[in-house]
Amino acid sequence: MGLIDFFKKIEPDKKKSPFLHTLYDGFFTFAYTPNTVTKGGVHMRDGMDLKRLMVHVVIAMQLCYLFGTYNVGHQHFIAAGMYPGFLEGFHLKLVHGLIQMLPIFVVTHVVGLGIEFWFATKKGHAIEEGFLVSGALIPLIMPPDLPLWILGVSVAFAVIIGKEAFGGTGMNIWNVALLARVFVFFAYPSTISGDEVWVSGFDRLPNDETIAEEFRGVMAASYGWFHTDFANGLFGMLGLDTFRETITPMVDGYTGATPLAIAAKDGWDAVTSTYTPTQMWWGTIPGSIGETSKPLIIVGALMLIFTKVASWRIMVSMFIGGTVMAMILNAWGATPFMEVPWYYQMYMGSFLFAMAFMATDPVTASSTNTGKWIYGFLIGFIGMIVRVLNPAYPEGWMLAILFLNTFSPLIDHYVLEANMAKRLKHA
Amino acid sequence: MAIFSLLFLSQFSFAQSGGGSNYLLISLIAIGVVLLVFAVLSLADHLIQIEGKKVGINSKRTNLGIFPSFSDLFSKKAPSYVGDDAGYFSFSKGHDLKLAGSPKGEIKTLHSSRYAVRPIDFNGMSPIPKVVVEVGSEVKAGDPLFYDKKRPEIMYVSPVSGEVVGVTRGAKRAITEVVVLADKEMTYKSFDVPNLETVERVDLVNFMIGSGVWPMLNQRPFDIVASTEESPRDIFISTFDSSPLALDSNLIIDGNEAAFQKGCDVLSKLTEGFVYLGLDARGEKPHSGFTSVTGIKKNYFAGKHPVGNVGVQIHNTAPIKAADKVWTLGVQEVIIIGRLFLEGKYDASTLVTIAGSQVTNPCIVKTYQGANIGDLVANNLSHEKNRIIAGNVYTGKETSSEGFLGYTDNQITVIKEGDHYEAFGWLLPIKPRPSISGTFPNFLFPDFEFEGETNTHGEKRAFVVTGQYESVLPMDVYPQHLMKAIMAGDFERMEGLGINELTEEDLALCEFVCTSKMPLQQILREGLEMMREQA
Repeated sequence: MGLIDFFKKIEPDKKKSPFLHTLYDGFFTFAYTPNTVTKGGVHMRDGMDLKRLMVHVVIAMQLCYLFGTYNVGHQHFIAAGMYPGFLEGFHLKLVHGLIQMLPIFVVTHVVGLGIEFWFATKKGHAIEEGFLVSGALIPLIMPPDLPLWILGVSVAFAVIIGKEAFGGTGMNIWNVALLARVFVFFAYPSTISGDEVWVSGFDRLPNDETIAEEFRGVMAASYGWFHTDFANGLFGMLGLDTFRETITPMVDGYTGATPLAIAAKDGWDAVTSTYTPTQMWWGTIPGSIGETSKPLIIVGALMLIFTKVASWRIMVSMFIGGTVMAMILNAWGATPFMEVPWYYQMYMGSFLFAMAFMATDPVTASSTNTGKWIYGFLIGFIGMIVRVLNPAYPEGWMLAILFLNTFSPLIDHYVLEANMAKRLKHA
Repeated sequence: MAIFSLLFLSQFSFAQSGGGSNYLLISLIAIGVVLLVFAVLSLADHLIQIEGKKVGINSKRTNLGIFPSFSDLFSKKAPSYVGDDAGYFSFSKGHDLKLAGSPKGEIKTLHSSRYAVRPIDFNGMSPIPKVVVEVGSEVKAGDPLFYDKKRPEIMYVSPVSGEVVGVTRGAKRAITEVVVLADKEMTYKSFDVPNLETVERVDLVNFMIGSGVWPMLNQRPFDIVASTEESPRDIFISTFDSSPLALDSNLIIDGNEAAFQKGCDVLSKLTEGFVYLGLDARGEKPHSGFTSVTGIKKNYFAGKHPVGNVGVQIHNTAPIKAADKVWTLGVQEVIIIGRLFLEGKYDASTLVTIAGSQVTNPCIVKTYQGANIGDLVANNLSHEKNRIIAGNVYTGKETSSEGFLGYTDNQITVIKEGDHYEAFGWLLPIKPRPSISGTFPNFLFPDFEFEGETNTHGEKRAFVVTGQYESVLPMDVYPQHLMKAIMAGDFERMEGLGINELTEEDLALCEFVCTSKMPLQQILREGLEMMREQA
C-alpha cells in the first residue's frame, strides 16, 4: 500500500489551507473508498453510494458523447458540401468535433467544479458528487458553437443560483443542467436558436473588400491555428486529407435548419424532403450535441432502467404523456406541424434525451412513486404543447421539465396528503 | 339506450361538420362509448360483490367479479397448506440478504457462566432504574432485579439463579446491565399460577407483572414495554424471522408446542380484540406447533425480508390507527409466558444461533436469556478484527465478548470489520458486495452468500435517490418523507405519515439500501421519542 501512504503524507492541513484540504479530500475519496465503518443502526451497508450512482448516469451518456462529438464534425462538413458519407473524412470530422467539444467540456467542468469546491470549502463539508452528472449533461445539450464565455456564465449561474443557493446536492429545485441551458436560451437567444447555430464552425463573412465578391455576407467556416497548424501537420505526415486553408462556403440551399424548425413551418413533408426518417433516427442531423441519435439514447435509457439508477416510471409516463398529446394534436390537425404523425414526433428534437436523462433527475423530480407518474405524464403532455403550439419556442422539453420541477413538490404534497388522509380516515 | 342516444347525437354532429373525416369527434365518441360500457360493467360488478357479501360469500377467496382482479392475475397462489380460515399475503417488495455462515448440526446446550438483564434494552426506561438487589445477594430465576422508577409496578427479573456479581454503569452513571453469576443447578422461584378460565384480567396482569414476564409485551406505537392499565386492541405474534441468518423458529417451537398454545391462551385473555399469528408461507409448511394453535387468527405471509417483521404484518392485516395500541411478541417470549403458566416458574431458556462468516463453526445453542457473549462464542471465532453483533446485521447491537445478549435476542452475528481503504472501490469493488442495485452483477448469482463486512461503502450524503426505500418496504408509507418530517419536528406530519406504525426494525432494510447512507433507525427513534414525550 505504498500509494495510500503517499496520499496520507501529502494531506494538507485542514486549518491552514481549507480549500486545499477540501480538494484533497475530494480527490482522495475519489481514488479510495474511505475506511469508515457502520456505527449504530445497521451493521452492513449496500455497496451502492452516490459516486457509483452518479458515475453510472455518466456512463450511460458515453455513447451520446462519442456520437455527438463525431456528429459535430460530420455536420460541419455536410454543411460545407464535403465528405457526404458518414465515414468519409473520418479523421477530419473527429478532430473537428473534438476541437469543438473539448473546450466546452473543460470549461463546463472547470467553472462548475471550481464553484462546487469553493462552496464545499466555505461550508466545510465534503465535495458532493452532484456535478458529475450535471457537468456531463451540460455539454450534450448545448449547441456546438456556443461561445465559451457564455457557457461559463451559464454554468456559474446554474450552479450558484440553481444549486448552491438552495444548499447543494440533493437540495436544488430545478435541474441544474437545464438551468444552464435556459439561462443561455433567455439571456443569449441568438446563440441557441435559429438555423445557423446547430452547425459548428460557420460565421457570416463581412461585406468588405478583402474577400471575393461571391463570398460576401454568406456563411463560411474559418479555422483556427489548431486545425491548420497542428492537425494538418499531423495529417500531412500521414498522407491524409487535411483541413483546407481557405474558407469553405456553405453549399447552396443548405440552411442547417433542424427537423423541428422545418416541421414548425411546413410540416412533415418538408422535413422528409430534407432529412430521411432513418437519418433522424440514427441522428446524423444538426442539433444540440448529444440529443440527435435516438438508438444511442435508448441504449443509455435502458441501462439506467436496468440498473435502477433512474426511474422507469418517469420515462414511461413521460412517453405516454408525449404520445397522448401528439395523438390529440394529430386528431386536431389544424396546422401542418400538428399533422406530423405522433411517432415521428419522437424522431425529432430532444424528446428521448430529455426523457432519459433530464426528467429522471431524482432530486428535482417528484419523490413519490405516484407523483412520478403524474410528473412524467405532465412533462410529456406540456412539452408537446410547447413544441407544437407555441411559435416562440422550437422545443418544449426544457421548459416543460423546469415547469414540472417547480410543481413536483406540489404533486408530492398532494400524494402525501392523500396518504395521510387515508391513515387518519382509518381512525 | 345511452349508447344509442350518443350515436344518434353524433349523427347531428356529423351533419354539422359536413360529414367530413372529423377524427377528433369520432375518437371522442369512441372513448365515450368505451367509458360508458366500462361504467355499466363495473356497476354490475359492484352490485354482484355487494350481493355476495350479503349472502356471506368470502369475496377474498372467491372472485365474483366480472373482471379478474389484479391480485388474481399477478400474485402467486397461496400454498396448499394455507387453510380457508387463514389469510394469505404475498409481497413482492423486499430484499433477502444472503450471508455466509449459517448454523449447522445439532443444538448444543451451552451454559454460560454469567447472565445479565440490561435496562438499555427497554425503550423509554429511565436511565437509572431502581436496583432491588445488591452485589453479592443470591437470586432465583424469577426474582426481581430492578424496576423502572417511572413505572415501579413492572418488575424485571433474573433469568437464572445465582449470585448478583455486578451492576455495570455506563455514561452519566446510567445502569447498563445487572449481571448474575449463574448456579450450575438452576433453582426457580415458584409462582402460584391463577386459573386461566376464571381469573379476572386485573389479577392476570398483576400475576404477569410479579412474575417478570410483563416486559416481554411490546407496545406499539413506540415499541415500549406494554402499559399495565390499558388493554390492547390486538396482539400480534410473528412466528418467523426473515432477517439474515435468523434463527429458524421451527426449532424454537419444537418440543414447546404446549407452552406456545398456553402463551396464546394467556394473551387472548389480555385483549378484547384478537391474537394474530403471522405464519411463514415462504416455503415448506411451518411447524405444526404453529399451524395447529387454536383460539387465534392466522395469517400467512410470503415474500422477502422484511416479511417476517411484525410491523409489516400488522400494517397489512389490521393497521394501527390513530389512538390504537397493539402489543407484539416473539415466539420465544410467548413460550416463556406459556411455560410460566404451565409449570409455575420463570424458565427463560432460549435458543441462540451463532452465525456469520467469522464464526468457525456456526451453530445453534440452548442457553438462557441474556447470556454472556464471550462464553457463547469462545474458541469459535476467526482471529481477525471482528464485529460481534447481538442480533442480526440490520437491527442488532454492536457488542464484544464482554457483552451480553439483549432481552429478546436469539442471535449472535459475527462479521468482519471493514475499516480498510479500497482503491476505486466505488467503481470497481474487489470483493462481491451485497446490494439491491442493478449496477452490481449480483442478480446473476441469486444464491451467492456474501461474507459481509461493516464498511459503509461510501460517505453520508443528503437524500438524493427517491423511491428506493419504498421498493424494499411492503408498507404504504413514505419513509423518506417521514424522515424529513422528523428532522423538521413536524408532529402532525409524522403522525400522518405513519410513524406510529413503525419501529426501527421496519426501516432497517431501508437503511441498509440507502445510497446516501442515512441513519434511518436513529432518526426514527428520535422521532418516536419526540412523539412519546408529546403524548
